[in-house]
Amino acid sequence: MFEALGQRLGSIFSGLRGKVSDSDLIEFTAQIKTALLESDVALEVAEGFSNKVLENCKSKSDEINKSTNPASRIFEIVNTELTQVLGGSARRLQFAKTPPTVILLTGLQGAGKTSLAGKLAYYLKSQGNTPLLVASDLQRPNAVTQLQVVGDSIKVPVFAPEPGNGIGDPIDVAKAGVKFAKDKLHNFVIVDTAGRTGVDQALMQQVIDIRDSIKPDETFFVVDAMIGQDAVRTAKAFLDGVGFDAVILTKLDGDARGGAALSIVELTGKPIIFAATGEKVTDFDLFYPDRMASRILGMGDVASLSEQAKRAMPEETSKKLEDKFLKGEDFTFEDFLSQLEAMKNMGSMSKLMGLLPGAAGMKKQIENFDESELVRTRAIIESMTPTERNNPKVLNGSRRARIARGSGRAISEINSLVERFSQAQKVMKQMRGGANIPGMGALAGMSNLPKPQQINLPKKKSRSGNPAKRAIEEGI
Amino acid sequence: MSLFKRLVTALRSGSVSADEWNQIRANLITSDLGVKLVDEVIEKAKSAKPDDAKAAITQIASSWLSSKSRNISKKSDRVNTVLVVGINGTGKTTSVAKLANNLKDDGETVLLAAADTFRAAATDQLQTWATRIGIQVVTGEINSDPASVAFSAISKATESNINYLLVDTAGRLHTKKNLMDELGKVIRVIEKHSPVDEILLIIDATTGQNGINQALTFIEAVNITGLIVTKLDGSAKGGIALAIEKLTSVPIKFIGTGEALSDLAPFDPAPYIASLFE
Repeated sequence: MFEALGQRLGSIFSGLRGKVSDSDLIEFTAQIKTALLESDVALEVAEGFSNKVLENCKSKSDEINKSTNPASRIFEIVNTELTQVLGGSARRLQFAKTPPTVILLTGLQGAGKTSLAGKLAYYLKSQGNTPLLVASDLQRPNAVTQLQVVGDSIKVPVFAPEPGNGIGDPIDVAKAGVKFAKDKLHNFVIVDTAGRTGVDQALMQQVIDIRDSIKPDETFFVVDAMIGQDAVRTAKAFLDGVGFDAVILTKLDGDARGGAALSIVELTGKPIIFAATGEKVTDFDLFYPDRMASRILGMGDVASLSEQAKRAMPEETSKKLEDKFLKGEDFTFEDFLSQLEAMKNMGSMSKLMGLLPGAAGMKKQIENFDESELVRTRAIIESMTPTERNNPKVLNGSRRARIARGSGRAISEINSLVERFSQAQKVMKQMRGGANIPGMGALAGMSNLPKPQQINLPKKKSRSGNPAKRAIEEGI
Repeated sequence: MSLFKRLVTALRSGSVSADEWNQIRANLITSDLGVKLVDEVIEKAKSAKPDDAKAAITQIASSWLSSKSRNISKKSDRVNTVLVVGINGTGKTTSVAKLANNLKDDGETVLLAAADTFRAAATDQLQTWATRIGIQVVTGEINSDPASVAFSAISKATESNINYLLVDTAGRLHTKKNLMDELGKVIRVIEKHSPVDEILLIIDATTGQNGINQALTFIEAVNITGLIVTKLDGSAKGGIALAIEKLTSVPIKFIGTGEALSDLAPFDPAPYIASLFE
């Protein structure tokens, strides 16, 4: 979501070369301010942030100019400042001393509370907890049904004694829900409430009453990453009204620049704790301010990517692959297939690519990446015999023709896959000893994207001649 | 103009103070009009050296409005098909219900199509509204093809001589190409039977500058004929809608102002523009 801001800052940085004068700094921070405003950062926050960066750079101007790479030094300063505004350090969920831990979700209409309740429940459940969902949105037609459907799909019980659609008292439901959780020994309760605006006093009072009756351990303000300048007013209204402990950002899979998130954190002093990144229940993770700051600056989110890869690829498989590399064995089509399998578990290719450094510039290609190409690649590999998979060198003309018939693809496609595969083999050899990102091999399955070598894989010798680019590379 | 008059005009500075300009600029930015557009309108207004800054800006902002009709299609010889599209959580289903209610109050016959087969219980949500309004709704199974729901709906609407068919679609982020393509399919299927008259894009008033990307992508994918700005009852001013109308000439047709069925009004530019200064 922050890519666009990253791109902007990137273009500002690439304009900086050699010695940096005070007037350069002023011009630079003015551009940052405009970029922030275009990214929906609140006026006062944009001003404050750019001033802080300016002061910081001025006080370090000697250091900046003495450094061999002034642009990279300034980049660091901006990065540090941004990470600080975004929350400094990641916040973790607070547990109640005696279970259940009660979580209250609040926010505007359409922020995505109900979907998020499901994702949070799934997240907690996958960590071995026993969450209960409580349907206290009795306002929006069939919000209760929606929560029940979501609960069914993730096999988390839903406490829904009232049908909703205006019938029933959300305060009573919340109270009874927490009691039910205590009786049935659920260790988490997630209370979904109706959407409300910051200016509706009556509805704000209702959620205050819910809060007072269930005394939540955590109250979360759920906010759409696409929200504009109103984010600040609304967040303040919720903070002054029901109050909240942390913020959850939703719809981060869109292309919103998400500057409002920055403003909310800065102006309410509350951190962002979780982020939702898609429509699937698994599209949910902790929020990492430092990673997000890097992402804003177009440095990609390598940490998130390798974490996702770790989760998707069973330890065994990735260990086996690693061993192979270390022993200097060749990467085979069998490995390729298990990586494709892992890629599938990691989520959509386009989302993964968005996490890669430098990927901001390839946004368009990423969005139009044809997920079905992976399926076709699989079909081709599965039409190979084990011998062929383990030793691609035996693939002569007649074998290729047979594979083409077996997979229903053209021979030219087989040829190009084999060609790209041998490139991937080379990359794997280069990566040996360096940082290993499991799943990266499947990049070679994409003909319309730059070859893996060109994506900023950590490599020792190549240093970019462009100071800004180099700053990005070395900043990883 | 005489030389003297020109001199006077050139020397006049207008009676608006720098502070006042700054305040107006801050307010307009806070309304989500977008910093570029705000600076453009303020530069232009300043160069006219007005005594009343707001009046000058209002005049310029009014000139940005689309000249296209803000009325909804009204064919008397066949069914009028209206599609409602937008990203997740903007208020599509609620807007469909409100629009249906307005049309029914005007004496039209209305049929709803629940082509959001993706979001859990979206169909139930529309069904509940339909029952309240007292109209019928064509539904499909969860995760079924939305185009097939649209097809049964248009068949039913033409057979029973309905005046308006309102099609609710699933929320889709404009960045998901496959979902945008799916929308195209829904439209093609309907158009085999009868033309689609209106495709209304829902813009949530709380949306920031991303609204521009949303509008441009939807317009590129399908023929958007109008905007509905929802949630104007909150503290958000929805300035992004004016920015979209200026950029694309797609007119704002309705505004949503609350959760009740009657909370949908035809768009009136004057009070909307005035609210951007607050």
